[in-house]
Amino acid sequence: MLIRVELPAHLRTLAHIEGREVVLEVPGTPTIATVIDTLEAAYPMLRGTVRDQATRERRAFLRFFAYQQDISLDSPNAPLPSAIVNGNEPLIILGAVAGGIVMIAGI
Amino acid sequence: MTANGSQVRLLVGTRKGAFILTADAARKKWEIAGPHFPGWEIYHIKGSPADPNRLYASQSSGWFGQIMQRSDDGGKTWAPVGNNFAYDGVPGTHQWYDGTPHPWEFKRVWHLEPSLTNPDEVYAGIEDAALFHSTDGGQNWAELSGLRTHTTGSAWAPGAGGMCLHTILIDPTDPKRIVIAISAAGAFRTDDGGTTWKPINRGLHSQHIPDPTAEVGHCVHHIAAHPSRPGVLFMQKHWDVMRSDDAGDNWHEVSGNLPTDFGFVIDVHAHEPETLYVVPIKSDSEHFVPDGKLRVFRSRSGGNDWEPLGKGLPDRNCYVNVLRDAMAVDRLDSCGVYFGTSGGQVYVSPDSGDNWNAIVRDLPPVLSVEVQTLA
Repeated sequence: MLIRVELPAHLRTLAHIEGREVVLEVPGTPTIATVIDTLEAAYPMLRGTVRDQATRERRAFLRFFAYQQDISLDSPNAPLPSAIVNGNEPLIILGAVAGGIVMIAGI
Repeated sequence: MTANGSQVRLLVGTRKGAFILTADAARKKWEIAGPHFPGWEIYHIKGSPADPNRLYASQSSGWFGQIMQRSDDGGKTWAPVGNNFAYDGVPGTHQWYDGTPHPWEFKRVWHLEPSLTNPDEVYAGIEDAALFHSTDGGQNWAELSGLRTHTTGSAWAPGAGGMCLHTILIDPTDPKRIVIAISAAGAFRTDDGGTTWKPINRGLHSQHIPDPTAEVGHCVHHIAAHPSRPGVLFMQKHWDVMRSDDAGDNWHEVSGNLPTDFGFVIDVHAHEPETLYVVPIKSDSEHFVPDGKLRVFRSRSGGNDWEPLGKGLPDRNCYVNVLRDAMAVDRLDSCGVYFGTSGGQVYVSPDSGDNWNAIVRDLPPVLSVEVQTLA
Protein backbone atom coordinates (compact mmCIF):
# COMPACT_ATOMS: atom_id res chain seq x y z
CA MET A 1 0.00 0.00 0.00
CA LEU A 2 1.40 3.42 -0.89
CA ILE A 3 1.19 5.77 2.08
CA ARG A 4 2.02 9.47 2.00
CA VAL A 5 3.89 10.74 5.07
CA GLU A 6 4.55 14.39 5.85
CA LEU A 7 7.58 14.98 8.07
CA PRO A 8 8.79 17.93 10.18
CA ALA A 9 11.37 20.14 8.49
CA HIS A 10 14.25 19.04 10.75
CA LEU A 11 13.68 15.38 9.86
CA ARG A 12 13.43 16.14 6.15
CA THR A 13 16.78 17.92 6.39
CA LEU A 14 18.32 15.05 8.34
CA ALA A 15 17.14 12.50 5.76
CA HIS A 16 17.88 14.71 2.73
CA ILE A 17 14.23 14.60 1.67
CA GLU A 18 13.10 17.23 -0.80
CA GLY A 19 9.49 18.35 -0.60
CA ARG A 20 7.16 17.95 2.37
CA GLU A 21 6.18 14.33 1.84
CA VAL A 22 7.61 10.90 1.23
CA VAL A 23 5.63 8.03 -0.28
CA LEU A 24 6.23 4.65 1.32
CA GLU A 25 5.28 1.17 0.16
CA VAL A 26 3.91 -0.23 3.42
CA PRO A 27 3.30 -4.00 3.56
CA GLY A 28 0.09 -5.44 5.02
CA THR A 29 -2.50 -3.33 6.76
CA PRO A 30 -1.01 0.14 7.26
CA THR A 31 -0.79 1.24 10.88
CA ILE A 32 1.26 3.90 12.61
CA ALA A 33 3.72 1.18 13.65
CA THR A 34 4.14 -0.31 10.17
CA VAL A 35 4.44 3.12 8.56
CA ILE A 36 7.24 4.06 10.97
CA ASP A 37 8.87 0.65 10.47
CA THR A 38 8.90 1.33 6.73
CA LEU A 39 10.07 4.92 7.20
CA GLU A 40 12.99 3.81 9.38
CA ALA A 41 13.96 1.08 6.93
CA ALA A 42 14.00 3.55 4.03
CA TYR A 43 15.74 6.28 6.02
CA PRO A 44 17.92 4.69 8.75
CA MET A 45 19.07 8.09 9.98
CA LEU A 46 15.51 8.67 11.24
CA ARG A 47 15.64 5.72 13.66
CA GLY A 48 14.86 6.97 17.12
CA THR A 49 13.68 10.40 16.01
CA VAL A 50 9.94 9.66 15.84
CA ARG A 51 9.76 6.95 18.48
CA ASP A 52 12.13 5.73 21.13
CA GLN A 53 14.33 2.89 19.88
CA ALA A 54 13.98 0.88 23.08
CA THR A 55 10.35 1.41 24.06
CA ARG A 56 9.01 2.13 20.53
CA GLU A 57 6.86 4.84 22.11
CA ARG A 58 6.12 8.08 20.26
CA ARG A 59 8.39 10.93 21.28
CA ALA A 60 6.55 13.16 23.71
CA PHE A 61 6.63 16.30 21.56
CA LEU A 62 5.60 14.69 18.28
CA ARG A 63 2.01 14.19 17.18
CA PHE A 64 0.38 12.09 14.46
CA PHE A 65 -2.38 13.76 12.46
CA ALA A 66 -4.61 11.94 9.97
CA TYR A 67 -7.25 13.67 7.92
CA GLN A 68 -7.72 16.52 10.41
CA GLN A 69 -7.74 14.17 13.40
CA ASP A 70 -5.10 13.79 16.09
CA ILE A 71 -4.49 10.05 16.25
CA SER A 72 -1.41 10.32 18.47
CA LEU A 73 -3.05 8.48 21.34
CA ASP A 74 -4.53 5.72 19.20
CA SER A 75 -2.94 2.28 19.33
CA PRO A 76 0.09 2.22 17.04
CA ASN A 77 -1.28 -1.09 15.73
CA ALA A 78 -4.72 0.26 14.78
CA PRO A 79 -5.50 0.45 11.04
CA LEU A 80 -5.04 3.96 9.65
CA PRO A 81 -8.09 5.89 8.39
CA SER A 82 -9.16 5.10 4.84
CA ALA A 83 -8.25 8.56 3.59
CA ILE A 84 -4.62 7.77 4.47
CA VAL A 85 -4.76 4.23 3.14
CA ASN A 86 -6.21 5.24 -0.23
CA GLY A 87 -3.61 7.97 -0.60
CA ASN A 88 -5.98 10.94 -0.49
CA GLU A 89 -4.36 12.36 2.63
CA PRO A 90 -0.90 12.12 4.15
CA LEU A 91 -0.12 10.87 7.62
CA ILE A 92 1.29 14.01 9.20
CA ILE A 93 4.08 13.71 11.77
CA LEU A 94 4.17 17.06 13.47
CA GLY A 95 6.39 18.69 16.07
CA ALA A 96 4.25 19.99 18.94
CA VAL A 97 4.61 23.61 20.00
CA ALA A 98 6.83 23.29 23.06
CA GLY A 99 8.72 26.54 23.31
CA GLY A 100 11.06 26.85 26.25
CA ILE A 101 11.61 23.19 26.95
CA VAL A 102 15.31 23.26 26.10
CA MET A 103 15.85 26.05 28.58
CA ILE A 104 14.05 24.08 31.27
CA ALA A 105 16.47 21.25 30.64
CA GLY A 106 19.37 23.61 31.37
CA ILE A 107 22.91 22.48 32.05
CA MET B 1 55.01 22.67 17.61
CA THR B 2 56.28 25.16 15.05
CA ALA B 3 53.95 28.05 14.40
CA ASN B 4 54.84 28.40 10.72
CA GLY B 5 52.12 26.90 8.60
CA SER B 6 50.15 25.71 11.58
CA GLN B 7 46.41 26.19 11.88
CA VAL B 8 43.91 25.98 14.64
CA ARG B 9 40.37 24.73 14.21
CA LEU B 10 37.76 25.47 16.87
CA LEU B 11 34.78 23.16 17.19
CA VAL B 12 31.96 25.07 18.83
CA GLY B 13 28.73 23.44 19.96
CA THR B 14 25.78 25.73 20.67
CA ARG B 15 22.11 25.50 21.56
CA LYS B 16 21.20 26.00 17.92
CA GLY B 17 23.91 24.38 15.84
CA ALA B 18 27.63 23.80 15.39
CA PHE B 19 30.21 26.27 14.16
CA ILE B 20 33.76 25.65 12.97
CA LEU B 21 36.21 28.52 13.37
CA THR B 22 39.63 28.39 11.73
CA ALA B 23 42.71 30.62 11.80
CA ASP B 24 46.42 30.49 11.16
CA ALA B 25 48.97 30.47 13.95
CA ALA B 26 48.62 34.21 14.56
CA ARG B 27 45.00 33.55 15.59
CA LYS B 28 43.90 37.03 14.53
CA LYS B 29 41.86 36.47 11.38
CA TRP B 30 39.17 33.85 11.67
CA GLU B 31 36.91 32.13 9.21
CA ILE B 32 33.59 31.02 10.61
CA ALA B 33 31.68 28.14 9.04
CA GLY B 34 28.19 27.12 10.04
CA PRO B 35 25.75 26.67 11.45
CA HIS B 36 25.95 22.93 10.89
CA PHE B 37 22.78 21.15 12.06
CA PRO B 38 20.94 24.49 12.49
CA GLY B 39 18.27 24.49 15.16
CA TRP B 40 19.66 21.46 17.01
CA GLU B 41 21.50 21.42 20.32
CA ILE B 42 25.12 20.44 19.81
CA TYR B 43 26.39 19.44 23.22
CA HIS B 44 29.86 18.46 22.04
CA ILE B 45 32.10 18.05 18.99
CA LYS B 46 35.54 16.53 19.22
CA GLY B 47 38.22 15.44 16.77
CA SER B 48 40.32 12.31 16.81
CA PRO B 49 43.93 12.94 17.92
CA ALA B 50 44.92 10.12 15.55
CA ASP B 51 43.18 11.64 12.52
CA PRO B 52 42.22 15.31 12.90
CA ASN B 53 39.83 15.11 9.96
CA ARG B 54 37.71 12.60 11.87
CA LEU B 55 35.21 14.52 13.99
CA TYR B 56 32.33 13.28 16.11
CA ALA B 57 29.34 15.43 17.09
CA SER B 58 26.44 14.98 19.47
CA GLN B 59 23.27 16.46 17.97
CA SER B 60 20.06 16.43 20.00
CA SER B 61 16.65 17.95 20.31
CA GLY B 62 13.78 17.87 22.76
CA TRP B 63 11.53 16.84 19.88
CA PHE B 64 13.60 14.32 17.97
CA GLY B 65 16.03 12.87 20.52
CA GLN B 66 19.67 12.00 19.89
CA ILE B 67 21.53 11.95 16.58
CA MET B 68 25.23 11.21 16.24
CA GLN B 69 27.19 12.76 13.40
CA ARG B 70 30.61 11.98 11.98
CA SER B 71 32.81 13.92 9.62
CA ASP B 72 35.80 12.48 7.77
CA ASP B 73 36.90 15.77 6.22
CA GLY B 74 37.40 18.10 9.16
CA GLY B 75 33.79 19.20 9.39
CA LYS B 76 33.08 20.16 5.79
CA THR B 77 30.58 17.32 5.39
CA TRP B 78 28.82 15.12 7.92
CA ALA B 79 26.90 11.87 7.97
CA PRO B 80 24.72 10.40 10.71
CA VAL B 81 26.08 7.30 12.45
CA GLY B 82 24.54 5.06 15.09
CA ASN B 83 22.32 6.59 17.75
CA ASN B 84 21.14 3.54 19.66
CA PHE B 85 22.36 3.88 23.24
CA ALA B 86 20.77 0.88 24.91
CA TYR B 87 21.70 0.25 28.52
CA ASP B 88 23.19 -3.15 29.18
CA GLY B 89 20.48 -5.37 30.69
CA VAL B 90 17.67 -4.00 32.83
CA PRO B 91 19.01 -0.67 34.04
CA GLY B 92 17.09 -0.44 37.32
CA THR B 93 16.83 2.83 39.23
CA HIS B 94 18.87 5.69 40.61
CA GLN B 95 17.74 8.36 43.04
CA TRP B 96 15.49 11.17 41.87
CA TYR B 97 15.79 14.72 43.20
CA ASP B 98 13.41 13.89 46.06
CA GLY B 99 15.26 10.72 47.02
CA THR B 100 12.77 8.32 45.46
CA PRO B 101 13.91 5.60 43.02
CA HIS B 102 13.75 6.69 39.38
CA PRO B 103 14.30 4.51 36.30
CA TRP B 104 17.49 4.99 34.33
CA GLU B 105 16.48 6.69 31.04
CA PHE B 106 18.67 7.70 28.13
CA LYS B 107 18.35 11.42 27.42
CA ARG B 108 21.37 12.67 25.47
CA VAL B 109 25.09 12.45 24.82
CA TRP B 110 27.00 15.13 26.71
CA HIS B 111 30.62 14.38 25.88
CA LEU B 112 32.58 12.52 23.22
CA GLU B 113 36.15 11.38 23.78
CA PRO B 114 37.90 9.84 20.79
CA SER B 115 40.68 7.34 21.39
CA LEU B 116 44.17 8.80 21.38
CA THR B 117 45.35 6.26 18.79
CA ASN B 118 42.41 4.84 16.83
CA PRO B 119 40.11 7.17 14.84
CA ASP B 120 37.32 4.57 14.85
CA GLU B 121 37.28 4.25 18.62
CA VAL B 122 35.35 6.77 20.70
CA TYR B 123 33.73 7.00 24.13
CA ALA B 124 30.44 8.76 24.84
CA GLY B 125 29.29 10.07 28.20
CA ILE B 126 25.53 10.18 28.44
CA GLU B 127 22.60 11.30 30.59
CA ASP B 128 21.30 9.37 32.60
CA ALA B 129 24.88 8.68 33.54
CA ALA B 130 26.62 5.88 31.72
CA LEU B 131 29.69 5.39 29.56
CA PHE B 132 29.38 3.98 26.03
CA HIS B 133 32.09 2.84 23.65
CA SER B 134 32.27 2.44 19.89
CA THR B 135 35.04 0.75 17.93
CA ASP B 136 33.52 1.21 14.47
CA GLY B 137 33.48 4.94 14.02
CA GLY B 138 30.27 5.48 15.95
CA GLN B 139 28.07 3.05 14.06
CA ASN B 140 27.45 0.83 17.09
CA TRP B 141 27.62 1.67 20.77
CA ALA B 142 28.06 -0.70 23.73
CA GLU B 143 27.77 0.29 27.35
CA LEU B 144 30.71 -0.21 29.71
CA SER B 145 28.17 -1.15 32.32
CA GLY B 146 30.60 -1.82 35.15
CA LEU B 147 30.35 1.88 35.89
CA ARG B 148 26.56 2.23 36.11
CA THR B 149 26.24 -1.07 37.97
CA HIS B 150 28.75 -0.03 40.61
CA THR B 151 27.36 -0.78 44.06
CA THR B 152 26.75 2.94 44.62
CA GLY B 153 24.82 3.41 41.34
CA SER B 154 21.35 3.16 42.83
CA ALA B 155 22.25 6.07 45.14
CA TRP B 156 23.38 8.46 42.40
CA ALA B 157 21.19 11.51 41.90
CA PRO B 158 21.02 14.16 39.18
CA GLY B 159 22.38 17.67 39.48
CA ALA B 160 20.25 20.59 38.34
CA GLY B 161 21.17 19.95 34.72
CA GLY B 162 20.47 16.22 34.82
CA MET B 163 22.49 13.15 35.76
CA CYS B 164 25.14 13.55 33.13
CA LEU B 165 28.49 11.89 32.52
CA HIS B 166 30.37 14.93 31.23
CA THR B 167 34.10 14.29 31.65
CA ILE B 168 36.19 11.48 30.14
CA LEU B 169 39.99 11.55 30.55
CA ILE B 170 42.02 8.78 28.92
CA ASP B 171 45.51 8.29 30.36
CA PRO B 172 47.97 8.71 27.44
CA THR B 173 50.43 6.36 29.12
CA ASP B 174 47.86 3.66 29.88
CA PRO B 175 44.64 3.72 27.84
CA LYS B 176 43.04 1.23 30.23
CA ARG B 177 43.07 3.93 32.90
CA ILE B 178 40.15 6.31 32.42
CA VAL B 179 38.78 8.96 34.75
CA ILE B 180 35.17 10.07 34.36
CA ALA B 181 32.93 12.45 36.26
CA ILE B 182 29.19 12.54 36.80
CA SER B 183 27.02 15.33 38.09
CA ALA B 184 26.07 14.73 40.87
CA ALA B 185 27.67 11.38 41.70
CA GLY B 186 31.31 12.40 41.56
CA ALA B 187 34.50 11.11 39.95
CA PHE B 188 35.29 7.49 39.14
CA ARG B 189 38.33 5.68 37.73
CA THR B 190 38.88 2.43 35.94
CA ASP B 191 42.30 0.82 35.68
CA ASP B 192 41.16 -2.09 33.51
CA GLY B 193 39.63 -0.44 30.46
CA GLY B 194 36.18 0.06 31.91
CA THR B 195 35.34 -3.32 33.42
CA THR B 196 35.55 -2.21 37.03
CA TRP B 197 35.37 1.27 38.53
CA LYS B 198 35.96 2.89 41.87
CA PRO B 199 34.78 6.23 43.23
CA ILE B 200 37.66 8.69 43.62
CA ASN B 201 36.13 11.39 45.78
CA ARG B 202 38.19 11.27 48.96
CA GLY B 203 38.92 14.81 50.08
CA LEU B 204 35.88 16.37 48.41
CA HIS B 205 33.58 18.28 50.76
CA SER B 206 30.05 19.14 49.61
CA GLN B 207 27.68 20.92 51.95
CA HIS B 208 24.62 20.17 49.81
CA ILE B 209 24.61 16.45 50.64
CA PRO B 210 23.71 14.89 54.00
CA ASP B 211 27.23 13.56 54.54
CA PRO B 212 29.56 16.23 53.10
CA THR B 213 32.42 13.74 52.71
CA ALA B 214 30.37 10.83 51.32
CA GLU B 215 31.93 8.34 48.93
CA VAL B 216 29.54 9.50 46.15
CA GLY B 217 27.06 12.34 45.66
CA HIS B 218 29.44 15.19 44.82
CA CYS B 219 28.55 17.59 42.04
CA VAL B 220 31.77 17.53 40.05
CA HIS B 221 31.58 20.02 37.18
CA HIS B 222 34.74 19.25 35.22
CA ILE B 223 38.19 17.64 35.50
CA ALA B 224 41.32 18.42 33.48
CA ALA B 225 44.83 17.00 33.30
CA HIS B 226 48.02 17.77 31.41
CA PRO B 227 48.90 14.94 28.99
CA SER B 228 52.43 14.68 30.37
CA ARG B 229 51.17 14.15 33.93
CA PRO B 230 47.98 12.11 33.76
CA GLY B 231 48.11 11.37 37.47
CA VAL B 232 47.74 15.04 38.37
CA LEU B 233 44.07 16.01 38.13
CA PHE B 234 42.45 19.39 38.52
CA MET B 235 38.73 19.64 39.31
CA GLN B 236 36.18 22.40 39.27
CA LYS B 237 33.57 21.12 41.66
CA HIS B 238 30.19 22.82 42.13
CA TRP B 239 31.97 24.86 44.77
CA ASP B 240 35.76 24.43 45.25
CA VAL B 241 38.67 23.99 42.89
CA MET B 242 40.46 20.75 43.78
CA ARG B 243 43.71 18.97 42.96
CA SER B 244 44.83 15.37 43.13
CA ASP B 245 48.42 14.18 42.72
CA ASP B 246 47.56 10.48 42.79
CA ALA B 247 45.07 10.02 39.92
CA GLY B 248 42.13 10.95 42.09
CA ASP B 249 42.76 8.76 45.13
CA ASN B 250 43.06 11.87 47.30
CA TRP B 251 42.01 15.47 46.64
CA HIS B 252 42.86 18.77 48.30
CA GLU B 253 41.44 22.21 47.74
CA VAL B 254 43.39 24.79 45.72
CA SER B 255 40.74 27.53 45.47
CA GLY B 256 43.11 29.89 47.31
CA ASN B 257 42.42 33.55 46.55
CA LEU B 258 39.72 33.10 43.91
CA PRO B 259 36.90 35.64 44.32
CA THR B 260 34.42 32.75 44.23
CA ASP B 261 35.24 29.10 43.80
CA PHE B 262 31.97 28.19 42.08
CA GLY B 263 32.35 27.58 38.36
CA PHE B 264 32.18 25.07 35.56
CA VAL B 265 35.32 25.07 33.39
CA ILE B 266 38.90 24.22 34.26
CA ASP B 267 41.82 23.62 31.93
CA VAL B 268 45.61 23.25 31.93
CA HIS B 269 48.17 25.14 29.83
CA ALA B 270 49.55 23.12 26.93
CA HIS B 271 53.22 23.46 27.93
CA GLU B 272 53.11 24.36 31.62
CA PRO B 273 51.54 21.54 33.66
CA GLU B 274 51.22 23.75 36.74
CA THR B 275 49.38 26.57 34.91
CA LEU B 276 45.61 26.35 35.31
CA TYR B 277 42.62 28.34 34.10
CA VAL B 278 39.17 28.72 35.62
CA VAL B 279 36.31 31.18 35.13
CA PRO B 280 34.79 31.94 38.55
CA ILE B 281 31.00 32.24 38.54
CA LYS B 282 29.22 34.21 41.24
CA SER B 283 27.20 31.40 42.81
CA ASP B 284 25.06 28.36 42.17
CA SER B 285 21.98 30.54 42.33
CA GLU B 286 23.41 33.32 40.13
CA HIS B 287 25.02 31.66 37.14
CA PHE B 288 26.98 34.67 35.89
CA VAL B 289 30.41 36.17 36.43
CA PRO B 290 30.94 38.32 39.55
CA ASP B 291 30.77 42.13 39.49
CA GLY B 292 29.66 42.24 35.86
CA LYS B 293 33.28 41.54 34.78
CA LEU B 294 34.28 38.63 32.61
CA ARG B 295 37.63 37.40 33.88
CA VAL B 296 39.60 34.22 33.52
CA PHE B 297 41.75 33.35 36.52
CA ARG B 298 45.15 31.78 36.02
CA SER B 299 47.34 30.01 38.52
CA ARG B 300 50.97 29.35 37.59
CA SER B 301 51.60 27.34 40.73
CA GLY B 302 49.13 24.49 40.36
CA GLY B 303 46.45 26.33 42.29
CA ASN B 304 46.00 28.49 45.40
CA ASP B 305 47.61 31.63 43.92
CA TRP B 306 45.36 32.99 41.19
CA GLU B 307 45.58 36.13 39.05
CA PRO B 308 42.70 37.73 37.15
CA LEU B 309 43.04 37.98 33.38
CA GLY B 310 40.73 40.50 31.80
CA LYS B 311 42.65 42.38 29.14
CA GLY B 312 40.26 42.49 26.19
CA LEU B 313 37.33 40.99 28.10
CA PRO B 314 34.21 42.95 29.15
CA ASP B 315 34.83 44.78 32.43
CA ARG B 316 31.28 45.98 33.07
CA ASN B 317 27.65 44.95 32.55
CA CYS B 318 28.61 41.40 31.68
CA TYR B 319 26.41 38.60 33.05
CA VAL B 320 27.31 35.48 31.13
CA ASN B 321 28.16 31.94 32.19
CA VAL B 322 30.83 29.62 30.81
CA LEU B 323 29.71 25.99 30.78
CA ARG B 324 31.81 22.99 31.71
CA ASP B 325 32.99 21.88 28.27
CA ALA B 326 33.37 25.41 26.88
CA MET B 327 37.12 25.98 27.41
CA ALA B 328 40.07 24.58 25.47
CA VAL B 329 43.79 25.15 24.91
CA ASP B 330 45.74 24.72 21.68
CA ARG B 331 49.26 23.32 21.42
CA LEU B 332 51.03 26.07 19.50
CA ASP B 333 54.31 27.40 20.94
CA SER B 334 52.47 30.35 22.39
CA CYS B 335 49.58 28.49 23.98
CA GLY B 336 46.15 29.66 22.89
CA VAL B 337 43.28 29.61 25.37
CA TYR B 338 39.65 29.65 24.22
CA PHE B 339 36.26 29.79 25.85
CA GLY B 340 32.65 30.32 24.84
CA THR B 341 29.86 31.95 26.81
CA SER B 342 26.14 31.62 27.38
CA GLY B 343 25.87 34.94 25.54
CA GLY B 344 27.25 33.47 22.33
CA GLN B 345 30.74 34.96 22.44
CA VAL B 346 33.87 32.92 21.73
CA TYR B 347 37.09 34.44 23.05
CA VAL B 348 40.71 33.66 22.22
CA SER B 349 43.92 34.49 23.96
CA PRO B 350 46.92 33.70 21.73
CA ASP B 351 49.37 34.29 24.60
CA SER B 352 48.41 32.04 27.50
CA GLY B 353 45.70 34.38 28.77
CA ASP B 354 47.51 37.73 28.85
CA ASN B 355 45.41 39.29 26.08
CA TRP B 356 41.94 38.36 24.83
CA ASN B 357 39.87 39.03 21.73
CA ALA B 358 36.38 38.04 20.71
CA ILE B 359 36.44 35.80 17.65
CA VAL B 360 32.68 36.05 17.33
CA ARG B 361 30.10 37.73 19.53
CA ASP B 362 26.64 36.67 18.50
CA LEU B 363 26.40 32.91 18.26
CA PRO B 364 23.65 31.01 20.07
CA PRO B 365 24.53 30.13 23.69
CA VAL B 366 27.78 28.14 23.62
CA LEU B 367 27.69 24.65 25.11
CA SER B 368 31.18 23.42 24.22
CA VAL B 369 34.49 24.49 22.70
CA GLU B 370 37.26 22.18 21.52
CA VAL B 371 40.36 23.13 19.56
CA GLN B 372 42.50 21.18 17.14
CA THR B 373 46.08 22.22 16.45
CA LEU B 374 46.82 21.30 12.86
CA ALA B 375 50.33 21.03 11.45
